[in-house]
Amino acid sequence: MTSASPLRQILDPAHRADPYPLYAELRKTPVVRDGTGPYLVSTYWEIQELLHDPRVSSDARNLNPEAAAFLGQEEEDPNLPPTFLRLDPPDHDRLRDLAMRPFGPPHTPRRISDMRGELAGIVTQLIDGFRGRDHLDLVDSFAYPFPVTVICRLLGVPREDEPRFHVWADTLAAGLDPVHGTPEEREAQRETLRRARADLAAYLAGLVEERRRSPRDDMLSALATDHGPDGRMSPLEMVSTAALLLIAGHETTVNLITNGMLTLLRDPGLLRRLRDEPALAAPFVEELLRFDPPVQLLPQRTTLADIDIAGTTVPKGASLWLLLASGNRDPRRFPEPDRFLPERPDNQHLSFGSGIHTCFGAPLARLETQIALTELTRRLTGPRLAEDPPPYRRNAVLRGPRHLPVVIEGLAD
Amino acid sequence: MPPVSVDGFPETFRREGRIVVVGASLAGLRAAETLRAEGFRGTLTMIGDEPHEPYDRPPLSKQVLLGLVPPDHTALPRRRAIDARWRLGTAATGLDAAAKEVRLADGDTVPYDRLLIATGVRSRPWPHELESDLDGVFVLRTRDHAARLHRRLSAGPRRVLVIGAGFTGSEIASACRGRGLPVTVAERGPAPLVGALGGVIGEVAAELQRAHGVDLRCGVQVTGLEGDSGGRVRRAHFSDGSAVDADVVVVCLGATRNTEWLAGSGLGAGPRGIACDAGCRAFDVRGIVTDDVFVAGDVARSPHPLFGYQFLSLEHWGNAVAQAETAAHNMISASVDRRPHLWMPSFWSAQFGVNIKSVGVPPMADQLLVTQGSLTEHRFTAVYGHQGRVIAATTFDQGKWLEFYERQIERAAPFPPEFPTVDRRPEGRHPIAAGFPDPSLPTHGPTVTLSGHSPADRRLSFTPRRA
Ligand SMILES: Cc1cc2nc3c(=O)[nH]c(=O)nc-3n(C[C@H](O)[C@H](O)[C@H](O)COP(=O)(O)OP(=O)(O)OC[C@H]3O[C@@H](n4cnc5c(N)ncnc54)[C@H](O)[C@@H]3O)c2cc1C
Ligand code: HEM
Repeated sequence: MTSASPLRQILDPAHRADPYPLYAELRKTPVVRDGTGPYLVSTYWEIQELLHDPRVSSDARNLNPEAAAFLGQEEEDPNLPPTFLRLDPPDHDRLRDLAMRPFGPPHTPRRISDMRGELAGIVTQLIDGFRGRDHLDLVDSFAYPFPVTVICRLLGVPREDEPRFHVWADTLAAGLDPVHGTPEEREAQRETLRRARADLAAYLAGLVEERRRSPRDDMLSALATDHGPDGRMSPLEMVSTAALLLIAGHETTVNLITNGMLTLLRDPGLLRRLRDEPALAAPFVEELLRFDPPVQLLPQRTTLADIDIAGTTVPKGASLWLLLASGNRDPRRFPEPDRFLPERPDNQHLSFGSGIHTCFGAPLARLETQIALTELTRRLTGPRLAEDPPPYRRNAVLRGPRHLPVVIEGLAD
Repeated sequence: MPPVSVDGFPETFRREGRIVVVGASLAGLRAAETLRAEGFRGTLTMIGDEPHEPYDRPPLSKQVLLGLVPPDHTALPRRRAIDARWRLGTAATGLDAAAKEVRLADGDTVPYDRLLIATGVRSRPWPHELESDLDGVFVLRTRDHAARLHRRLSAGPRRVLVIGAGFTGSEIASACRGRGLPVTVAERGPAPLVGALGGVIGEVAAELQRAHGVDLRCGVQVTGLEGDSGGRVRRAHFSDGSAVDADVVVVCLGATRNTEWLAGSGLGAGPRGIACDAGCRAFDVRGIVTDDVFVAGDVARSPHPLFGYQFLSLEHWGNAVAQAETAAHNMISASVDRRPHLWMPSFWSAQFGVNIKSVGVPPMADQLLVTQGSLTEHRFTAVYGHQGRVIAATTFDQGKWLEFYERQIERAAPFPPEFPTVDRRPEGRHPIAAGFPDPSLPTHGPTVTLSGHSPADRRLSFTPRRA
């Protein structure tokens, strides 16, 4: 690596369409201190090890000041206290357990599988909307609206309020990009973001209260009324958690669906296979997650002690960047890592993280993407990329195309 | 066909050899699958005394007793076809190592070039025969046991008595409480799970049991079971003079190795199992390693480099799988291509709503330290130390951290650990005595048994070395 700061290279938009050669270069030194301060970890086993290391904290309050400033860490927001994504045990475990009760096993093992029909219905409706068009942006017309609609239904947001949710989700997702522009423009962006957060928080608080008084069969009602053995979340924690589910599950799923269509449209053979063998959807999505992960890296962790890893001592208080996307291409873990092999055996990629913060929504994200890709390949006739590579968003962490312009010949039923 | 040797002729052996597997359960099946996966094309014979296809045991004391899974829905998933001659429902009764033949209960003999012994363990029965014959007295090791016990629990007994609070006994008590049945647990030691996890964690297990409504009685022995005129059990008497009325009694006093059929075979087989080397080859009584008899699973005792090369007997699902795979690989490989079985002991249990996991060899420890969480919250990680090194770790509902502690054991990291963690509490500042019972006293608890350095094992009682 010639540059003193591989980190700046990763952030450089010039590398956005194909960051993988950069990662390959980085893997020559599995753990390296960047000129700007943080330690970059680029190999599979080392990332895996650190994700399971109890001396590594996810709590934003442990970030050193430079790292916090670099990440543009917001001062604590009284309307949205830290979510379990950014907390350590015991708070993390308590909140995650409570959130899991109405979402997955062991208490609600069927919530996700029961949504299959509803997910398929939303997908059908969105694709029906393509009728009569031969030019599409698959991001704006499909990959963006789909996951927000799903999360609204899951939480129990009334249909008539869904459009407001879409606006907040878009604003908050845009806010995940580093701020740029003139100081006035930056302040304006921050202000828009603050307002969106406040509005969303106020809206969710109202909805939680409503569901507490007259519960329905949705997650917010369950959070508001469920008496687990470990008590209940405070109303503020419910609002935070609901906002987390909205934000954590949004841009990520958008990127996965978009990356999936991009991969398929670049390889007509693959597209044909998925069309002919819908059972391929599940392993296809796993390989997609490995090959082109929506969350490229985790930049928020801090060491609580000196940690010896791969011949390097990472000192206490250091900021860690775990390059998941690079670990997924580590040849010591995956043979022929740069090939897309839908039937790859033992495909334990890092794209949903690992350890106690392993993605909470992974079963939902998988199902959404499987249905979306199967239906899109089945129904779009003669789809072609109109632009390759497509334009990418600036964000290097949640990396994905901003638009995916395609041309189609028609639509099957 | 003349016997075929492997060294020098691995290809011929792979094509034409005869392999016999005795014990058609977890280890036997996984070994057979590995043999085929690695290219063994000769004849493969699976001998098992149970009439069933290989099935999985861990659910028997959990989902099956809760009624969530029927006993006959526990068949082990198959990894691949194994194209074997199955001799199910037929016990092996003897081994002629010189003639290379296994004798069967029906009088047949089956010749082999290489033999895998995977006969596992069985429940130790209630020692008084007349009492153990009473209707309503059970043990739990097999699918048939589970089916009978499940049927009886479904009939709504007034009270279940579980004798012995090791993992199996505790899981059964948990399942009974899950079904709303009144349960008494009698444990000779000071707390449940003491043999496996020590007294400190045992206390937590005791709290869990009591919090879930178990009538837990520790430090007592059951002195007798009393039947009614119809031959049905109705009462148990304890060493403290008390008695409990119970119409179901489950005897959970640990296990004995299924090695009797090897008596006179010349192999180093005894009540603690069959000693084998790191390559899974059996030792004979003289302490000389054999070259055509291999051992895997619960019946094996094998030396472990991480634990001072003592022989370990493990009753661990994961060990059975890993050892079977290694044994199978070595059976069809020339010496230079063989692999050692270096499995990190690890175990899990689900009881009273808590997932318990453990790695390493806790009973070897003298001290313990809670590095994450808190004992009183029943959610924690405890690290065990032996002579200033990390030797084991146990988690209650914190299993995701175990990988880290496994590496600490592998690296012989210093004990007590000084580092801060994401959830280290004041109670985690100082190590405390782990509280294992005197190892010379037999217990029915531990699922890892240290059994010294000698491959010959003909003594009944054994005191593991502790420094
Ligand atoms: C109720 C229960 C719950 C458990 N829960 C857990 C758990 O939660 N976690 C965990 O890690 N482990 C658990 N275990 C332990 C785990 O099931 C064992 O480690 C595993 O079954 C060992 O496999 P094996 O093939 O070595 O032996 P076994 O499964 O005991 O199989 C040996 C087979 O050989 C047969 N056999 C014996 N003698 C002869 C003979 N002479 N001829 C022919 N066949 C013979 C036996 O009948 C048996 O079928 C549990 C066990 C039980 C019984
Ligand atoms: C393809 C889509 C997705 C990807 C790639 C993804 C990726 C990830 C990753 C890598 C983490 C770990 C973060 C860390 O360790 O710091 C994570 C955590 C999380 N994800 Fe996802 N995610 C996806 C979809 C979703 C969805 C749909 C939801 C919600 C329904 C969701 C909710 C969460 C939550 C709540 C966490 C925090 C878990 C914790 O801290 O315990 N994610 N996700």
